[in-house]
Amino acid sequence: MRLIEAKFKSLERRGEGALIGYITCGDPTLNHTPVIAEALIEGGIDMLELGIPFSDPIADGPVIQRAAVRALRAGVRPTMVLEIARKISMAHPDLPIIILTYYNVVFRMGLENFFSLAKESNVSGVIVPDMTIEESSEYRAIASKYDIDTIFLAAPSTSNERIKKIIECSSGFLYLVSVFGVTGVRERLREESINLIRRASTVSNGRIPIAVGFGISKPSHIKNIIAQGADGAIVGSKIIKIIEENINNQKEMLLNLKKYIRRLKKAALKTSQP
Amino acid sequence: MPNLSDYPIDGKYGRFGGRFVPETLMSALIELEEAYLKAKADERFQKQLKYYLSEFAGRPTPLYYAKNLTRKLGGAKIYLKREDLAHGGAHKINNTVGQAFLAKRMGKRRVIAETGAGQHGVATAMACAALGLRAEIYMGLEDMRRQRLNVFRMELLGAKVHPVESGSKTLKDAINEALRDWVTNVQTTYYLIGSVVGPHPYPMIVRDFQSVIGYEIKEQILNKEGRPPDILIACVGGGSNAMGTFYPFLDDLDVELYGVEAAGEGIETGRHAASLCAGSEGVFHGMRTYVLQDEDGQIITTHSISAGLDYPGVGPEHSFLKEIGRAKYVAITDREAVEAFLELSRSEGIIPALEPSHALAYAMKIAPNLSRDDIIVVTLSGRGDKDVEVVARYLGVKI
Repeated sequence: MRLIEAKFKSLERRGEGALIGYITCGDPTLNHTPVIAEALIEGGIDMLELGIPFSDPIADGPVIQRAAVRALRAGVRPTMVLEIARKISMAHPDLPIIILTYYNVVFRMGLENFFSLAKESNVSGVIVPDMTIEESSEYRAIASKYDIDTIFLAAPSTSNERIKKIIECSSGFLYLVSVFGVTGVRERLREESINLIRRASTVSNGRIPIAVGFGISKPSHIKNIIAQGADGAIVGSKIIKIIEENINNQKEMLLNLKKYIRRLKKAALKTSQP
Repeated sequence: MPNLSDYPIDGKYGRFGGRFVPETLMSALIELEEAYLKAKADERFQKQLKYYLSEFAGRPTPLYYAKNLTRKLGGAKIYLKREDLAHGGAHKINNTVGQAFLAKRMGKRRVIAETGAGQHGVATAMACAALGLRAEIYMGLEDMRRQRLNVFRMELLGAKVHPVESGSKTLKDAINEALRDWVTNVQTTYYLIGSVVGPHPYPMIVRDFQSVIGYEIKEQILNKEGRPPDILIACVGGGSNAMGTFYPFLDDLDVELYGVEAAGEGIETGRHAASLCAGSEGVFHGMRTYVLQDEDGQIITTHSISAGLDYPGVGPEHSFLKEIGRAKYVAITDREAVEAFLELSRSEGIIPALEPSHALAYAMKIAPNLSRDDIIVVTLSGRGDKDVEVVARYLGVKI
């Protein structure tokens, strides 16, 4: 069984939703990434999403855009990100590591080269927000050859019929984009998010775990999406914000990250549901 | 074997094009494609469009024989397709009128667009004002500073201009920001792309609306010379005026096609915008095409004296035409373009925009070596009023 699937299964047995944390690798420098990852793991994330920065991240809001700018300025390159993934996975062999990047980065490395390096680095899954199912046959074939999960996204504008096709192309989990928009912190969970979770749960019918991202930052959001039937939550922009706000005080940064993640993880426990 | 004019096939030009976008946009792109194909087949839509192109945009534009320039160069006959005489002073209006009608038909009252130098922004604002739509234009802060006049023109036409402060603060970032807006407001908003770039069906839609240029050339040259041209030359940034010029001739294999990119300070300096001549294959702004990128696939900053060519990608159909050898792509430096700009102003009394000055410069290079019976058509995609300040600065002249 692949690592992501195993993780969702064991969490389910324990009555927990999965908490997935995103960071842009190399933000603010490459040296920060392993220690930030440690803090998130200690805080209680169940999977780590590691971003390879891209110069033109069209699915990202200003917070993650700024992280990409800092990381690129720090000289981060795709192979360095994979090397860091390998190091983290050696210390945490049960922690699924998921690479998130835009397709040009993968395309430029070459699909075969990218996935074989990712495999060597113990990467469990890949998310490419601008890879559509229509363009994905070669991408999926090569990923599957290396036993790496291809995680696709579904959005509020995605029809049920299309969600079905997306699930057929996905492995690991289905990533629900909870809102119309780009990544970024939002105050409340919207009606469209709840609707999407319900639609996707019905279509999936337990075939694949469902995780929800974009605009998820508060314990109340997580409680709510888990209660609606999601299997996990993805948090990114708020983590980056904490990094950004404490950019010159690493001790404070790590402390705040740990505290924040602990609160979120608590909210993901199904026993804590009202 | 399909005809070249049959492309795109399944949204692709050979292996180029396609759709590489966030899932949120997929349903909108599918909806757009369906709406466009329906509109295209609808006589009423075509009639409306034709009316606006002639009465509002001033078409057909003349095909002007550049007698003085031809005589001076002593070779092939040079004709100029006068898109500089279209409403707004550039070919951009052909596309914005078409897409604004499409937006209206689709019931979308809010239109967003990106702009580099401001020409597409102005043309969008014009079309939206004429058709009663709300226009919001994304423009890089750097470009707003360089093209203050066009910012005010857009505002005069009732559009709202959003400054873009991300990345290099130029055209590519304006497109990024427009895409982000579209992802957020896709249910109510029409994204009016200004060139033959982006995810399918945009490269096809923009090409079709711009192909009025090539169809007019075909008819006009037949009336004037009794035969088709030998060579067509057009500048290529994203590549919309070139695609519009080339498309009706794609299957006339005797007609040679040249696309002219911006070599900036010289290809060897790295400060240029020649994606086809000096770039490599990539995936950018929703399409697979040639791009300027570093070895990690990061998109790099471009340079050209002409803001309209200052873009690190190119329309996927151009990548395809280059690949199969149907069109040839060459590059012209800032210096050569300015020389052509000055030459046409003096010899013909026409101040061209800096973008088509690149095409002209290439025509001036090859014309002397051709026979007097050969016919070259250069698409003069816009007029040069907007560039007067830039050229003065380049020449060190205070105005």
